[in-house]
Amino acid sequence: MYRIDFNKLRFLICDDNPHMRRILRTLLHSFGAREVYESEDGATALEMYTHYVPDIVITDWSMPIFDGLELAQMIRQPESKGNPYAPIIMLTGHSEKRRVTVARDAGVTEFLAKPISAKGLYQRILNVVANPRPFIKTKTYFGPDRRRNTTNAYIGPERRGSGEVEVMQQPSLLDKARTSI
Amino acid sequence: MTKDKPGTIEVKSFGTHHVITQPNPLRKVLLRVPESDLDDPVGRAEKALAGLSGEFKDWMTVEADRLSAAYAEVQRTGFNRETREELFRAAHDIKGDAATFGYPSAAVAAESLCRIIEHAPDLKAVPPALIAHHINAVQAIVRERTKLDTVVVSSVLSKQLRGITDEFLTYANRDRPEHLEAILAPSIVPNE
Repeated sequence: MYRIDFNKLRFLICDDNPHMRRILRTLLHSFGAREVYESEDGATALEMYTHYVPDIVITDWSMPIFDGLELAQMIRQPESKGNPYAPIIMLTGHSEKRRVTVARDAGVTEFLAKPISAKGLYQRILNVVANPRPFIKTKTYFGPDRRRNTTNAYIGPERRGSGEVEVMQQPSLLDKARTSI
Repeated sequence: MTKDKPGTIEVKSFGTHHVITQPNPLRKVLLRVPESDLDDPVGRAEKALAGLSGEFKDWMTVEADRLSAAYAEVQRTGFNRETREELFRAAHDIKGDAATFGYPSAAVAAESLCRIIEHAPDLKAVPPALIAHHINAVQAIVRERTKLDTVVVSSVLSKQLRGITDEFLTYANRDRPEHLEAILAPSIVPNE
């Protein structure tokens, strides 16, 4: 059985609603987290993301000016000096299929529909900690692998081009991000 | 905060994409514990949430008043980008928060209002009474929450509003199949 050592994790939460921030802070502190940073808009969250280098980002979708979707897109910039790989959990009242797809295509790692529950939040955090997915970079996408189904039963068209070209090693971008601040 | 050296990232390049795998930088926060481990972080968090519940009534009143203020502004100046966004955001917050605060029927009414704002072809053509009934329903549900016999009434009220809204939106979007699909599609996201 596994448990998360929350006091080694640094969280950034972004929600324009002060009540929801209080709920999230309470839940995370109760799980055992000590470092929880808060912002009420996406622009401030992006600054805090670069400054504090959180391990996990939890963001609302609907916020004025710079929303959670744009925040995810800004974080998922492969050439940025920050860490583009941090897990992003989108916590939102939107739960329609179209919205989930849009969030997924922005590079969101997990989607948690409101109303929030302690169990739901814990499970999403456990998932991003224990089961990180590889990242995929294409001309139009950079983010966690959007294919969660690993069975071989898929019979639709193969949308990813095959033909392995090369395997290369490169220095850790995460190291680079952490040493650049 | 996890200070362990994350190691090198492996990049496999294919014809149209790269697959990037990095050693899990968070693996060190996963602790193997015996099955007999009694720590219950979820239970602890639920208790902490219950400890906040004394404030939920005040929070919900703030949210409901914000919704009413947003609608008062709509009545004063009409629908424009700003008034529409504020009304939507106020309703959307209630949709997301109210069930956590113990007002699930208010969440249903607020979601119904969100659907009107999102999917009505022309907000100026929406019967004002339809929107006003949603605002009044949320206020009434919050105000009367402490009375035991209002729980069922609140639920019926919200469901009826949702039914009328769906009927209105289905008719109003009869020539807009992409909206009809969104209106009629069920939510696909499990809560837990």
